[in-house]
Amino acid sequence: MIFTTTLLTSFVKLLLIPSYRSTDFEVHRNWLAITHSLPPNKWYFEDTSQWTLDYPPLFAWFEYILSFVAVLFDPKMLNINHLNYSSNNTVLFQRLSVIITDLIYALGVFMCCKSLQKSWGKEVVLPILLITNCGLLIVDHIHFQYNGIMYGILLISIAYMLQAKYLQSAFWFTILLNMKHIYIYLAPAYFIYLLRHYCLQGSLQMNKIFSFGKLKNFITLGSLVLSIFLITFLPFYDHIPQVLSRLFPFKRGLCHAYWAPNVWALYNIFDKTGFFIAQKLNKHLVKNMTASMTGGLVQEFSYSLLPNVTPATTMILTALFMLPALVKLFLLNKPIHFLRCMVLCGLTAFLFGWHVHEKAIIMVIIPLSILSIFNANDAKIFLILSTVGHYSLFPLLFVNSLLLVKVLLLLLYTLYSFHSLSTLHTQVSPVYRFSLPLLNSIESFYLMGLIGIFLYENVVHVCLGLNNKLPFLPLMITSVYCSIGVVYCYIYYYREFMKSSDVQKVTKKE
Amino acid sequence: MYCRITSETWLVVFGAFLAILLRACTNLHSYSGEAKPPMYGDYEAQRHWMEITTNLPINEWYQNSTNNDLNYWGLDYPPLTAYHMYICGKVAEYLNENYTKLHESRGYESEDHKVFMRFTVMIGDVLFYIPALILYYHTCIKTIETQDGGVKKKKFKNQKKLTEIKPMSTSLSTVIGLLYPGIILIDHGHFQYNCISLGFTITAITLILKKFDILASIFYCLALNYKQMELYHALPFFLYLLSTCVPKPGQKTVWGIFRLFKIGIAVIITFIIIWYPFLYDLGELLQVLNRQFPLGRGVFEDKVSNVWCALNVVFKFKTKFDNYQMMRICLFTTVASLLPSSVDLFLRPNRKKFVLAQINSSLSFFLFSFQVHEKSILLVAIPVLLYFPYDSFTCYWFLCMSVFSMTPLLVKDNLTIAIIALTLFYCVTFRVSIEHNYRSSLNNHDGFKEYYRSLVHSLLDIEYKKATQMGIFKASLQQIIKNSDALRSLIFHCCMFLSLIGCLLIFFMSLLLQPPPKYPDLYPLVISVYSCVHFVGFFIYFNYKQLKIPQQFEDIRIEKIKFS
Repeated sequence: MIFTTTLLTSFVKLLLIPSYRSTDFEVHRNWLAITHSLPPNKWYFEDTSQWTLDYPPLFAWFEYILSFVAVLFDPKMLNINHLNYSSNNTVLFQRLSVIITDLIYALGVFMCCKSLQKSWGKEVVLPILLITNCGLLIVDHIHFQYNGIMYGILLISIAYMLQAKYLQSAFWFTILLNMKHIYIYLAPAYFIYLLRHYCLQGSLQMNKIFSFGKLKNFITLGSLVLSIFLITFLPFYDHIPQVLSRLFPFKRGLCHAYWAPNVWALYNIFDKTGFFIAQKLNKHLVKNMTASMTGGLVQEFSYSLLPNVTPATTMILTALFMLPALVKLFLLNKPIHFLRCMVLCGLTAFLFGWHVHEKAIIMVIIPLSILSIFNANDAKIFLILSTVGHYSLFPLLFVNSLLLVKVLLLLLYTLYSFHSLSTLHTQVSPVYRFSLPLLNSIESFYLMGLIGIFLYENVVHVCLGLNNKLPFLPLMITSVYCSIGVVYCYIYYYREFMKSSDVQKVTKKE
Repeated sequence: MYCRITSETWLVVFGAFLAILLRACTNLHSYSGEAKPPMYGDYEAQRHWMEITTNLPINEWYQNSTNNDLNYWGLDYPPLTAYHMYICGKVAEYLNENYTKLHESRGYESEDHKVFMRFTVMIGDVLFYIPALILYYHTCIKTIETQDGGVKKKKFKNQKKLTEIKPMSTSLSTVIGLLYPGIILIDHGHFQYNCISLGFTITAITLILKKFDILASIFYCLALNYKQMELYHALPFFLYLLSTCVPKPGQKTVWGIFRLFKIGIAVIITFIIIWYPFLYDLGELLQVLNRQFPLGRGVFEDKVSNVWCALNVVFKFKTKFDNYQMMRICLFTTVASLLPSSVDLFLRPNRKKFVLAQINSSLSFFLFSFQVHEKSILLVAIPVLLYFPYDSFTCYWFLCMSVFSMTPLLVKDNLTIAIIALTLFYCVTFRVSIEHNYRSSLNNHDGFKEYYRSLVHSLLDIEYKKATQMGIFKASLQQIIKNSDALRSLIFHCCMFLSLIGCLLIFFMSLLLQPPPKYPDLYPLVISVYSCVHFVGFFIYFNYKQLKIPQQFEDIRIEKIKFS
């Protein structure tokens, strides 16, 4: 099943080759050029193009290897000064490189499925849910990025964790961190779980904590992780601060131009509505504040009523909200709880993080899809979150030609997940009565509301002629509406996680 | 508001959405004549027709004038196309008046215009073609099965168990039918509106099989008036309907005449309504007709995989005969090739035969008639698609071949990636469904592999006793003769496999290797000859299939008894 699904999905990806691509295409082409034509010690200093290298070293090496194949397609794309170069062969090469490196993702899916108990859900539903993930299709194969290979490595690491092979898991996760540092949001869950189950195996009595065996494990793990970091950062040892300043650009604003559906989107909208009301009440206020209303365009966003948010605030909030889940994980035993905690860590970072991209929601959806085949509750959260999360990716593909493609991708994926998960978790053949399967009527109503939002954005808004007056209104509505769903999922799932215990039967199967 | 949806229905729903998704993705690719002035391609032709129909009064649409240069993509399709273009043109005008401005919009191309044009085809496809195909599979397959059930059972009793493979389930064949890459590539890649006329034809065939003869003839008239190429399908419709009017023993002649009268009236009224604006003036009518049958263009233009183009390698028809002589040769051979299946359909009518007769009629037109275009293979592919559940492998072979025969045209439009992706998608889906089918038929997990194994096994499994009595050679020969069915299917599968591998090889060679400078047209020629040989083979095979089906008056007779 994995093989067939991978093949079929690859053919769809092939069909998407000529589609619209974002500036990320140029970003990656530029990185190919940088790594190919410069020695490693200049990679993180090069700034001919505005798209400087801001991924960790291992990804740069990955681009370096790719560039040797790129020469065969079109050597001109490897020139740093060829800005915005996109010949047919360049497009073909870049697109094909994503499609082919996605095979790592298929491998990850395969390994994950193998390490689960044998069941129909694992053999058919899970591979399809993971491989045909419509978010990845949108972000990697239309928008253009190399997320497939990274999520592949993440899945490999998860698979090892499920098999209780802790060192391998840690190894792959460190590799992943060195390719794209955004996965650091998942690191707390890894850290706690490895600490509890590898370093501090067995009982937690005070006198037994500092035994020799535990110390040995701790040292093995630590040296493994540190040595990987050392090896990858070694070629850049004389300018580590420069590398770090590229990797963590806090100069960017709190929110992206399009607000990711998180807490800050709600925060922004409170500010805006507050300002709007204040404007109605007191006309004098307006003159002082109109400058701040261009928030949609500029990345710097200054608030009119609410206090400004600093990077430190977001970091403290993220850590604070992760803490209870991590403590709970420390007390729990099963790998499934590790996965749940990982989902929660990812969601916390997504909701409270600094300059979060809407694409980061995939980081939550992928581990959640593994969980969805175990339990009706996980499945429910998966259904809501994947629908909302993937819908919130729509503004990435704003060109008219992709309207139908994105709708169909989401529709097919959502239909399939609802169909398969409802047959998996309900014994009787599904009966639909005013609500979607596995969901209650309010949740169903909320999801159906997405249709209304979509219609408003694409039909009503245009027909009302508000396109020029209020160009950002549909985006704002989308992100606020989606953030409500994401926050709901977060609270619900957090509560469920805090209630869970090891005694409870995890797999609820007939 | 309760609703229970079976998994079969879900399969069709997914299949339909998947089919639309693939179409939407193909829309992103280039169209024929993209950025190729001065003549552009079919895309510009359709846009030009929108310009002509919205800006000129109806009686000037087909006339050459200063405003309507017929040499630049003049309207040469029947009125229904023109009306459709008129509606699309009005919408285009509403969206952006530059799309259809007279004279000025010539060669207009933009990203938004492409989206608009692609949407018009998509709407046609979703409204006419996809529902028609789903309707056909879900109404007709079952009726024919039950009708032929008696015959089949008897046949199967004598056969060995292993060849007893169920026909493919309706929902699976619906999905595979919807994914057929030929029509996706031509309509959504190359750019044409075949889906509309083919959708009408499929509906007409469905209605014939469900015995709604008058409605069927109206739908067929609509198809014919959308695209005159639908004449390829005319003969079986005409003959089948006529044969239902011929009184069988024990029936009154009046009844047949009345029936014929009803159908005739329906056809004539449909035609009159559609042609109404052109009926005032005989000269105008003739001009419209003249536009649709441009006989001056020669027997073939590009490389087509029909008999004339293939034989042209050894015998230069184009130089030996003039156009008029060639036309007569074509007419004669076409009629001759049509004769067996037509006579059979008329004298021994049977509903199952009808689809086969459609294949045979359109295929003989494609192979032998005058002025054939490589896209016309779609007209043959559609009835083959409808026949798919009964003879999956042959039809699959034919459909792959039909896509292969169109590759030179599609590669010219920069659709190479789309060809590869869609065809492989189709092949893999077919492979998976056939696997599923065999698994459920043989109750075996290995499915397809097990089928081959059992075929080989049945040929080589010789009883020890016999072998010692008669000698090993004689015994094995006897075994093979006894299991000739197994041998036949084994040989068939091998042939199909080799032939499709051949297609792949030729296709990739044409992409990767430059042809020798002496023969720049080498690859299109090789492709057309290779597929022509196959098409001739399929022609003989499908004719044989049709003639083998016995006469069956039942469905016609029941109705008549009820009537009298």
